[in-house]
Amino acid sequence: MTITLPATPAPGRAARADQGAAGQRLLGLRCRECGRDFPIAPIHVCDFCFGPLEVRYDYDVLARTVSRESIQQGPLSIWRYADLLPLADPAIADTGWRVGFTPLQPAPRLGQALGLRDLWIKNDSVNPTFSFKDRVVAVASAKAREFGFDTFACASTGNLASAVAAAGIRVGLKTFVFLPWDTEQSKILNALVYGATLVSVQGTYDDVNRLCSEIADRHNWAFCNINVRPYYSEGSKTLAFETAEQLGWEAPDHVVVPIASGSLLTKIVKGFDELGKVGLIEPKQVRVSGAQAAGCNPVAHAFEQGWDAVKPVQRPDTVAKSLAIGNPADGYYVLRLVRERGGAVRDASNAEIAEGMRLLAATEGVFAETAGGVTVAVLKRLVREGVVRPDERVVAYITGNGLKTLDAVAPVLNPAPVVEPTLKAFDDFLRRNGAGA
Amino acid sequence: MAVKLRIPTPLRSLAGGASELDIEGGTVSEVLTTLERDHPGFRERLYDERGEIRRFVNIYVAGEDIRFLKGLDTPLKEGEEVSIVPAVAGG
Repeated sequence: MTITLPATPAPGRAARADQGAAGQRLLGLRCRECGRDFPIAPIHVCDFCFGPLEVRYDYDVLARTVSRESIQQGPLSIWRYADLLPLADPAIADTGWRVGFTPLQPAPRLGQALGLRDLWIKNDSVNPTFSFKDRVVAVASAKAREFGFDTFACASTGNLASAVAAAGIRVGLKTFVFLPWDTEQSKILNALVYGATLVSVQGTYDDVNRLCSEIADRHNWAFCNINVRPYYSEGSKTLAFETAEQLGWEAPDHVVVPIASGSLLTKIVKGFDELGKVGLIEPKQVRVSGAQAAGCNPVAHAFEQGWDAVKPVQRPDTVAKSLAIGNPADGYYVLRLVRERGGAVRDASNAEIAEGMRLLAATEGVFAETAGGVTVAVLKRLVREGVVRPDERVVAYITGNGLKTLDAVAPVLNPAPVVEPTLKAFDDFLRRNGAGA
Repeated sequence: MAVKLRIPTPLRSLAGGASELDIEGGTVSEVLTTLERDHPGFRERLYDERGEIRRFVNIYVAGEDIRFLKGLDTPLKEGEEVSIVPAVAGG
């Protein structure tokens, strides 16, 4: 008797299987430190060793059910990658809001200024609330609803608060955002406008985060960066997924990522690794480097000292407030990953940050917030040091919009002169200043 | 010499429900050794396989993280407050 087995679909060519198989792809949570397993639940800390919990997927199931074609048929948002995100039912997660699938633009002029032949900018300044946080919040809010929470919250340095406020209110969750009291006014307004409850806390981000942990214990709320953090953080993988798809289904050589908690950097690398694991791209050990602000550089300092533990910075003092996390949760994992991949973590001063913001805008027309200035400034240094090579395909991740941090770029811009409303006055102006930039 | 050792909620069951214990020891290391002797089970929760304090456990002496002091060799004063705090790192 001849038995004919169905042909095993080759990776990249399989048609999408039914939802049943896709539903089995989430295996649970696992402690990154001691390996203990936990069920899918709103928990983020191992109760044995206090290590962070991470979502586990069945990559064999994903390899069979996800293809380039199935992704390409999906929406022009992060939800085209829903199978690789930790929602039990991806179909109900997409609320129709266009989050992600942001431009990946070649940056030849910036590349030339820095000495790079193949530089790209992933421009997340154009998301619904103008930062990459919309991605992680889309996943967190969907998961919060899956778990049945009625209140959504976060501790934030600014961008997360806007994203949480907008997304939470939009889907009908009661929403609270907590920020340090010295957050830029533009970010405070950009969170208040959506109607969420904003709590301004007298302290640093680390104080805010500690307070929120106590609040999370007391109230049964879904906190993005606390009890739903394992799910929330997975949203950052979509930056890698998009980068690979937009490069024609291949990974770049070297990625440069700003570091606040370190979660973004580790999840971007995880995203590229997962694409390789499920057969969507050729597996590749993408090199990764990280960028911090000099006034809050616990990871950069640990990297330079050769430490594998990160000493928290007690009093962050930097214009890059979005990166002002003195005690980064993923600091250790960043160090390990960056060293493994042959990158480096460096920092930039306030002056270098402002100049980085200006340079990116003047060369490529992208106006990034301070974190973007940090990334460009550090990239410049990494090229000078030979960590990033001139011939590598490099992607720099621009995480937020410059309108959120206007004051930071003002010092490096020449004030616009005022002219009287006459042609003569303008002719005089032209004579003194030349015809345009 | 005895110090006041504060026990975090997740570990109180190991200390018979106590949130604070008076423990003998001249350094943080000595205090933790005494703690394990009197309340077995703490050691494996606080130390990893290499004998170092777990990455996600913080120990504070009078409000200062021992990483900024002398680590496990940080000397202690009579009646000083020592706290074991699972890391609440940010982001």
